[in-house]
Amino acid sequence: MLRFILRRLLVAIPTLFVIVTATFFLMRAAPGNPFDGERKLPPAIMKNIEARYGLDKPLIVQYGDYLADVVRGDFGPSLKYTGKSVNQIIAENFPTSLKIGLPALILATFLGILLGVIAALKHNRWPDYSAMAIAILGICIPTFVTAPLLVLIFAVKLSWLPIAGITQGLKSYILPVIVLSLPLIAVISRLVRAGMIETLNSNYVRTARAKGLPEHTVVIRHALKTALLPLVSYLGPACAAIITGSLVVEKIFGVPGLGKSFVLGALQRDYTVVMGVVILYAVLVIALNLIADVLYAVLDPRVKLT
Amino acid sequence: MTASTLIPGMRDGSKDMQAVAGRSLWDDARRRLFRNRLAVAGMAVLGLLVLAAAIGPFLVPFAFDEVTKTDVYLRPLQSGHLLGTDYIGRDMLARILVGLRVSLGVGITATIVSLVIGIAYGATAGFIGGRVDEGMMRIVDVLYALPFVFFVIVLMVAFGRNIFLIFLAIGAVEWLTMARIVRGQTISLKQAEFVEAARAAGMSGAGIVFRHIVPNLLGPVAVYVTLTIPQVILLESFLSFIGMGVQEPLTSLGTLISIGANNMELATWLLIWPALFMVVLLMSFNFIGDGLRDAIDPKDR
Repeated sequence: MLRFILRRLLVAIPTLFVIVTATFFLMRAAPGNPFDGERKLPPAIMKNIEARYGLDKPLIVQYGDYLADVVRGDFGPSLKYTGKSVNQIIAENFPTSLKIGLPALILATFLGILLGVIAALKHNRWPDYSAMAIAILGICIPTFVTAPLLVLIFAVKLSWLPIAGITQGLKSYILPVIVLSLPLIAVISRLVRAGMIETLNSNYVRTARAKGLPEHTVVIRHALKTALLPLVSYLGPACAAIITGSLVVEKIFGVPGLGKSFVLGALQRDYTVVMGVVILYAVLVIALNLIADVLYAVLDPRVKLT
Repeated sequence: MTASTLIPGMRDGSKDMQAVAGRSLWDDARRRLFRNRLAVAGMAVLGLLVLAAAIGPFLVPFAFDEVTKTDVYLRPLQSGHLLGTDYIGRDMLARILVGLRVSLGVGITATIVSLVIGIAYGATAGFIGGRVDEGMMRIVDVLYALPFVFFVIVLMVAFGRNIFLIFLAIGAVEWLTMARIVRGQTISLKQAEFVEAARAAGMSGAGIVFRHIVPNLLGPVAVYVTLTIPQVILLESFLSFIGMGVQEPLTSLGTLISIGANNMELATWLLIWPALFMVVLLMSFNFIGDGLRDAIDPKDR
């Protein structure tokens, strides 16, 4: 187990290195630069600004400096927001993203398991068909369609919920969380359904039934426990989906989260912000995948990590 | 498997004994696919959409980039505009059909790019095996951990919003799964008994590859292709939605949805029609993909 974790951490280092290097040089290859404003700056001022951020040094030296800073956990100053460091921007905006992402993940897990279990228990009957129809819709309708449609219905037409922003307390979180969780509900319910159908037909569940255990004990204590295992390994991809979805959700609902900082940073050539966010998300995805694999091995004694 | 598939031609054997050509794996798969009603419906709808994207723009009396300042925000069916007009008076039907064409084009081209890279990479790793395989797959592992949506966005920013770069960028990140599937399949096929039998019968290496390995690779690859195309279409639309995809006046379904979302308080049809086309397109691909998987890999049913 310990060897497995160590090996995975060792693979993570070149992965992160590739990410840092690729984004660094790609961003620099991008036409335009962060100081292109409405008016062209006089060359002398431009030179001063570039010198201040070290942008006048050879690219390879800048790259070396950046690597050394990143290893120490310092993502440098933002090039667009004067006086703000990327670490500060992340510290301000990441919690906002989490406030939408975490509830969405929890809601999706809960509803996904519920739908999946119902579908499996009523296999090939109408609850199964309707649950799976919902799942297909959830997979086929992307967040950038559901988000504006739900805003149109619940905010514009019915005026029950705010159109955008997160300033109106709990009410303003309802739509973003629902939109973010819909595709996950679809995938999770399909996973749980498949797992449940398999375990409900397995011998140990038949044994449990033969012992005369009540149905809910058989379903929850015996079948569900095994059927939920595939869900653990979906943890990593699920978080990646939440992160991608948050780019759309934060744009539509005008949420000042990290996804919005990233898109804005990319458009404005704010090199350091873009790199900081990419690195943070890469570390998150790698860490969550590792946790999922370790958790899987702990929960399922049949799995041996090597 | 039923007896009739084990002994080909048994069911209708009495009538034409000389025509017992035997049902191939593919005949069986096709039969199963066409028995799946959802998949057939998906194919029919997809066929219609492809046809609409191919010839539709020629049939609509308006050009997709024809600006008419006097006909702004016309409702559907007003002055000959079947689906209305947008914020600068362009015909929505013409725009949606062109958007459909671009989205399908991106989907298919990027999938072919990922297919070519993935098959070449995966098959090489699988055939050679050993150290080379180990090294090549480590690289795939490393790339797999990239937050690839971010990577595509950075690529788009770096090389400008050129539509061919969108093909390439998406194809370049989608080949990883294909490479894994092909490699796994190649390794298991190398050790299959029928390959050993062919070798024992004196078949040449190239003969084995083309007669036995490639046809058996095609099944899972075909399934994955039908599931990759909608993913690519989604990714392109996602990029267009956040303002990094196809550029005006050219359009894609994602761009149209994005514009629709910005104008939905004034003109709901700008959002609803492109969204509807998008969802129907994605659903038809998904039904075909699911049907194909069940047809080719019946042990999962």
